[in-house]
Amino acid sequence: MSFDRINEKLNILADAAKYDVSCASSGSDRKNKNKGLGNASKMGICHSYTQDGRCVSLLKILLTNHCIFDCAYCVTRKSNDVQRAAFKVQEVVDLTINFYRRNYIEGLFLSSGIFKSADYTMERLVAVAKKLREEENFNGYIHLKSIPGASDELMYEAGLYADRLSVNIEIPTKKGLKLLAPDKKREDFLKPMNKVKNEIVKYTNEKKVLKSTPVYAPAGQSTQMIVGASGESDKDIMYASNFFYKNYKLKRVYYSGYVPISNDSRLPSLGSPVPMLRENRLYQTDWLLRFYGFGVQELLNEQHPNLDIAIDPKLSWALRNLNHFPINVNTADKHLLARVPGLGMQSVYKIVQARKFRSLNWDHLKKIGVALNRARYFLICNSKDYEKRDLTVEQIRSQILQNTSSKYQGYYNNQLSLFN
Amino acid sequence: MEAIYLYDGTFEGFLTTVFQVFEEKQYKAKIVKPKHYQPDMFVNTSDVVTDMSKAKRVWRSLNLKATKMGANQLRKAFLSEIKGIENVLLRYIIYAYSTESFINIDYSNKDVLRVSQIAQMVGREKHRMEAFVRFKLTKDGYYFAEIEPDFNIIPLIEKHFKDRYADQEWVIYDRKRKYGIHYDLNSVQTVVFENTSYQSAEDVNLLDESEVPYQKLWKDYFDSTNIESRKNMKLHKQHVPKRYWKHLSEKQPS
Repeated sequence: MSFDRINEKLNILADAAKYDVSCASSGSDRKNKNKGLGNASKMGICHSYTQDGRCVSLLKILLTNHCIFDCAYCVTRKSNDVQRAAFKVQEVVDLTINFYRRNYIEGLFLSSGIFKSADYTMERLVAVAKKLREEENFNGYIHLKSIPGASDELMYEAGLYADRLSVNIEIPTKKGLKLLAPDKKREDFLKPMNKVKNEIVKYTNEKKVLKSTPVYAPAGQSTQMIVGASGESDKDIMYASNFFYKNYKLKRVYYSGYVPISNDSRLPSLGSPVPMLRENRLYQTDWLLRFYGFGVQELLNEQHPNLDIAIDPKLSWALRNLNHFPINVNTADKHLLARVPGLGMQSVYKIVQARKFRSLNWDHLKKIGVALNRARYFLICNSKDYEKRDLTVEQIRSQILQNTSSKYQGYYNNQLSLFN
Repeated sequence: MEAIYLYDGTFEGFLTTVFQVFEEKQYKAKIVKPKHYQPDMFVNTSDVVTDMSKAKRVWRSLNLKATKMGANQLRKAFLSEIKGIENVLLRYIIYAYSTESFINIDYSNKDVLRVSQIAQMVGREKHRMEAFVRFKLTKDGYYFAEIEPDFNIIPLIEKHFKDRYADQEWVIYDRKRKYGIHYDLNSVQTVVFENTSYQSAEDVNLLDESEVPYQKLWKDYFDSTNIESRKNMKLHKQHVPKRYWKHLSEKQPS
């Protein structure tokens, strides 16, 4: 094999794949079979990090960047003048195995531009996964992209070899999708997602009866939405997320701040900043929904369709609901503790354990790792020294902002001044 | 009079010392490695001879008394090799035996919290090393990696690599502590190279001819996944601290 030719293809096809932000390798605990190669780590492993701080866990490439679609936000769109390339099935297999053996990666994340038809493309993706599993005895992580519109038979087969399947929604609203990706229909995205969901449910039920049932997409499904490309509100995005979490049992929804790649007048112009802080606030909201017991309508609703950029969404919620506070750290239920700004789930767990032994004071909380600069306005503990003044929402907010420093400070100070 | 126990620096040696401390009721004793010991004529020192059966007894008992999780935290904290850690561990153990309840979750006790924090640090580096080991294929057909971790994490990562790379022969060598582990397709053995016979993986002549091209592919892949408009070096260095760059092929200048 010619390393130079492979290198050239790899540069083109990795560059085109990088806008897919998911790089998770977690959620699967596939075992090493018959002294073969590899296994999956339940918690996932990031083998390196790019200079923008994102995890590199999988070999993330496109099989090809030839595409029959012309989605405005996508770098491999038909009308874009870029270099095109395509890997052979065996080339992807060799790269994966050789990277894996050197402990560079957890496995493969294979996506593709759509050439000829959805099924033709999906078939190639499945062929790579099948070869890795059956010929190379590879038990590492495989993430395949579900091609919108792919047939049920192919999606079924994909789940037998892959750990995770994902199909990117990209644009949260129907209106936006029509504007930016007129070739695509929402139903085409939902079809493969629905098939995989049903198979996962079926296999999980069978597994309960018969332990030897083979695994089917053990790390589940995920999707991605682009943030800031179609003028959508945070509410549009998070309600869409909530819909997918509830109806399609997704493991993850990823949010990807739009990186300007074209001069299309329908999109933010080249050179406009990537909305990284907004992306961050959306992830925080996502976490509050999945782990902290919040309902989406508590955080975003008709009155508050967008998140507060300057403070985190939990603090923002707490300031709107000061009547729930202060709560007593030594007696409150853990669900209530999880709602206190500055308390993460780790701290909640440690508090619940530690208070069995003695009543906790500020010093204990600090050592446990609570962010007291935020939490102290909302808590009482075993100490007389708590916030007794009746502070207004604005006072608390500005005091907290004064006592925190953020790398984004310049960013939101500028943004705020727009409204003043 | 204050008592000092000198032990051989191994975990088994430490457990044997704990056995002796309890037997001799020297609960205020200090446990030190010879290399950290400064002779003092006013204290009573004793040399502990590592005894595997005593060590096993203490280990089994700790698993019951401090729970499995607590015992594992003690082992991880021990592997941190932080100066004086033996005494924190001893206080933890004495506390564990002095109460009825399981204490490994009593984060309001300073020793328990400290042990859990250090164990967390060691656990983090274990996880990092599972990620940052970079094998190089040698002419002899085995995969060789060098590491220089802050803590002595080789005993903690052995199982991970054995389970994962079951069909290839490999060596992971800790250059700082001058020992490594070797998997020969059946079992994992500790290896120590003599200084004179040790050849570093940096020596290109030892490598298989496909090795350098694959390193280049990997580095190019790494470079092309970067999104320049999102560059954030502070975050990058937080995830991949500079002290680990030396052995990461993707962080080498081209």
